[in-house]
Amino acid sequence: MFDTDELVINMGPQHPSTHGVLRVVLRLDGEKVVDLDVVIGYLHRGIEKLSENRNWTQIILLTDRMDYVAAATNNVGYCETVEKLLQLEVPRRARYVRTILCELQRIASHCLWIGTHAMDIGAMTVFLYAFRERELILDLFEEFCGARLTYNSMRIGGLPLDIPPGWDKKVLEFCNIMDGKLDEYEGLLTHNRIWLERTKGVGVLSAAEAIDLGLSGPPLRGSGVPRDVRKDEPYAAYDEMEFNIPLGTVGDTYDRYLVRLEEFRQSLRIIRQATQGIPEGPIVGKVPRLIKPLAGETYHAIESPKGELAYFIVSDGKSTNPYRFRVRPPSFCNLQALRRMAKGHLVADVVALIGSLDVVLGEVDR
Amino acid sequence: MIDTLVIPLLKVVIVLNATLVGVTYMVLLERKVIAWAQSRLGPMRVGPYGILQPIADAVKLMLKEDITPTRADKWVFTAAPIISMVPALIVYAVIPFGDKVHLFGRDVSLYITDINVGLLYIVSVASVGVYGIILAGYASNSKFPLLASLRASAQLISYEVAVTLTLVSVILVAGTLSMVGIVRAQEHAGVWFGFIQPIAFVIFFIGGLAETNRAPFDLPEAEQELTGGFHTEYSGMRFALFFLAEYANMIVVSSVATTLFLGGWLAPFPHWLPFLSVIPGWIWFLIKSFIFLYIFIWVRATLPRYRYDQLMNIGWKVLIPLAILNLVVTGIIKVLLL
Repeated sequence: MFDTDELVINMGPQHPSTHGVLRVVLRLDGEKVVDLDVVIGYLHRGIEKLSENRNWTQIILLTDRMDYVAAATNNVGYCETVEKLLQLEVPRRARYVRTILCELQRIASHCLWIGTHAMDIGAMTVFLYAFRERELILDLFEEFCGARLTYNSMRIGGLPLDIPPGWDKKVLEFCNIMDGKLDEYEGLLTHNRIWLERTKGVGVLSAAEAIDLGLSGPPLRGSGVPRDVRKDEPYAAYDEMEFNIPLGTVGDTYDRYLVRLEEFRQSLRIIRQATQGIPEGPIVGKVPRLIKPLAGETYHAIESPKGELAYFIVSDGKSTNPYRFRVRPPSFCNLQALRRMAKGHLVADVVALIGSLDVVLGEVDR
Repeated sequence: MIDTLVIPLLKVVIVLNATLVGVTYMVLLERKVIAWAQSRLGPMRVGPYGILQPIADAVKLMLKEDITPTRADKWVFTAAPIISMVPALIVYAVIPFGDKVHLFGRDVSLYITDINVGLLYIVSVASVGVYGIILAGYASNSKFPLLASLRASAQLISYEVAVTLTLVSVILVAGTLSMVGIVRAQEHAGVWFGFIQPIAFVIFFIGGLAETNRAPFDLPEAEQELTGGFHTEYSGMRFALFFLAEYANMIVVSSVATTLFLGGWLAPFPHWLPFLSVIPGWIWFLIKSFIFLYIFIWVRATLPRYRYDQLMNIGWKVLIPLAILNLVVTGIIKVLLL
């Protein structure tokens, strides 16, 4: 007499917790997710194609707009790729400052992640706590380069400006503040029974699955794969820093949460080392007046807060712009794990999983 | 004439208005307390420290366009907010805010009426409010509200079982269904029922959180999953009615909890601290209710949200068996000892 039917629901592109303009088409049996499709492209601005018509310096500004919550990391990744193409030596001081900026950016990005992730699961207070600390980092960036979101804070061969006097002390001060605040976040979440029930065993990915899906960054390390570009192929000044790579054991949402929380602490550790050891010296290497790399191609990866961010650039050696410009965005690759993880879970878990993957749509669509 | 018509009517008007004002200020209180918990200031612009904010909110909501979706079931869509608001208000008829007072040469009781099945009346009227939510989700003809209203009906029905079972154990102890009678029984016993029935007290409070759709059980309006839940399609004053009903229900649950478990208008420690009785009973009632309301807000600022299946597990596998056990033990003790 009664028939059951699958319910098709559009989550997004306008939805409070798809973090931007992600659209997920859910097929539900009651509250259970039978299948889902991820639809992307709502924030596509053609940054890759656009870059092929800009000169090498102008592109730095475009990379800001990809992962807009971690703009400095994008800048560093692009500049290092071009430097590799130019076979340019970057002064040690510039490499140290880049390391500090990258790690500050990682903390800022993770602050945004922990806030929105907790908010998606219903804990609203963590969001405001995390944004309070993110504000301090934005202030540091503002003092360094004048901007608060899209920094344009790197130049090919080094830095646009030297760090302002006293800036390093403020960074260390921030590290001391952040130590205590991390315990505050943990106090609200880590041992909270509801938080444990909502995250443990949700969206389990085995190490083999995570590798097959091409994941990188915290989702990969949450599944227990010890892959971190900072350790495996060190860039900037990471070869001179001491830090650990946190790993998960089960590969569920809770493990990914713990991994990112530990990354906060490791980042603080790196920032302390780098800030105390900034060497004196020039901030820009010997950059030719006209940047025009020889014909050739290069691929360079860095560890962005979201995962492995890589640039593939081809130069034809004739023009002042790249012949081909291609980005390997970590969010885009990580997002494809959503379908595998969400099948068989409930609607509420889909939201938790999107948060747990920590995608930025600016980077997914470019 | 005056005793049968004028005074009760006056009381109705006063209670109704006090409740509505209380509800709007409850919204402000929630915004302020949550803001303080989150190291913010909360509303500060309208009036000193934002105390006129509820008025601004009300004016804004009245002026908003009142949209009925084209494919909605118009009659049900209109009726739903009313169905959820009205029961929340008429429950106040039997809540005793205080004992009799001497006013203008008359004895006036600080409750609208005292019927001998007061508790039963509250339970039955409050459960009508669920229909408002179910019908809102159904009449919106939209998928997110539909999912939310399915959640809501399952949640409210299962938690009502647990809450009603705890009420039965209180009735066993008090020996009456009248709200005033229950307070008198606590006065007579010399101890508040919250201390005699701690398990019932805790279950009632948790069930109360769930029945008023409050965090961590606010699944029917889970903004992050269901974009606002059952009232997604509502706007303007109709949305405000749902909103007010939620807060009115919170006040109802707090008042019932105060009456049943914390001795209603009675002053604490009548033997050790007799001077506390100088403060009028209705102020004690308000203080006790306020404590509950504060905990409601506090919980919301602190805890994440349960998932649907976990919510049902807690209801059916933990709270209801515990409530039944508590009821059976209470019954056995009552029969054997008294």
